[in-house]
Amino acid sequence: MNEQITAAPTRWQDEVFDLLRRHGVTQFAYVPDAGHTILIDRSLADPDVYAIALTTEEEGVALIAGADLGGARGVLLMQSSGVGNCINMLSLINAGRFPFLALVTMRGDFGEGNPWQYTMGQAVVPVLQAVGVTCLRADTPAEALAAVSAAATMVFQAGQAVAVLFTQKLLGAKRF
Amino acid sequence: MSSSANNRSASDAPILELDRREALPALIGRHEDFLIVAGLAGTARDIAALTENAPHGFTMGGAMGGACMIGLGLALAQRDRRVLVVTGDGELLMNVGALATIALMNPPNLSIICVDNGHYGETGYQQSHTSLGTDLEKMASGAGIKLTRTVQRQADIPSGAQFLREGNGTVFVLLRVSTGEPPVYKRIWDPAVNRAQFRAGLLGK
Repeated sequence: MNEQITAAPTRWQDEVFDLLRRHGVTQFAYVPDAGHTILIDRSLADPDVYAIALTTEEEGVALIAGADLGGARGVLLMQSSGVGNCINMLSLINAGRFPFLALVTMRGDFGEGNPWQYTMGQAVVPVLQAVGVTCLRADTPAEALAAVSAAATMVFQAGQAVAVLFTQKLLGAKRF
Repeated sequence: MSSSANNRSASDAPILELDRREALPALIGRHEDFLIVAGLAGTARDIAALTENAPHGFTMGGAMGGACMIGLGLALAQRDRRVLVVTGDGELLMNVGALATIALMNPPNLSIICVDNGHYGETGYQQSHTSLGTDLEKMASGAGIKLTRTVQRQADIPSGAQFLREGNGTVFVLLRVSTGEPPVYKRIWDPAVNRAQFRAGLLGK
């Protein structure tokens, strides 16, 4: 946490939060990540939603399935390394045909300086596709909004499992 | 040094008197009062048999480690209903950090029963950590869940049943049982069917 992000977070994450709220999302599950700071802070500040801090990302997969059983909508906020922690739990989503929305901040992607991040960062798309999660990439703020909007329709109307990948082109690479 | 590489001495644990087929239904009482999420294997059979696959139950057959968090998502979505998670020691151990997440949210309409037989019943009755020294009630307490209790004798059941249904926060009950088999019952095997039935029963859709 003592490293800095080159690009400062911008307004687009506020618009993503508002869009999710318009779609009726009330459970924001997260493992902290700098790229998700605005979404996490907005969900913590909103008295009408639950901000759920997880110890590991797979908890969020199961939580979102439980929310759906109760008629509520959730989103999972995580970093690309967390995708690897979710894989078997995504059996629940895939076999149960639960709607599932994840927003993934990418590492090991574009200009990454930490060699530890490449293994999972490069595996995110093939691994998610292998367990039935559709991936939408976003390289710019405009693409991010469009992708989250498209994903919300795919998930909450069509019952699909979708991950929107916020790339390091969008977020900026961490500086070491 | 003559000890084995596998540090497993004979346990001096007390002899367990409770049989899950009697103790669990007695602890739960009127199961219709709850929305129930069951972990896989033994507890799925326990709950399928108890509820006869009624719509207020969701029983798992995979995705091990997810039961408690499904219960949390459901409890946050349905604040006016009481949600009961029934899981086993092996299932809970696989994602024991979920207890910390649940303690943080602490929904008062969530109760968790861990049916602890100290073994992985579905895979050949290998010992689990709980018959080798791990205490899941202490782990729940250490995770921050304030309302915890162990039920391991017949005499503990009536007060345990009351404890399960009351309280101003999430409740955790460790039900320690012998290694007797869970009931044989044909549960709903397709989670998509189970999901649709559960939602139809609860939400009418």
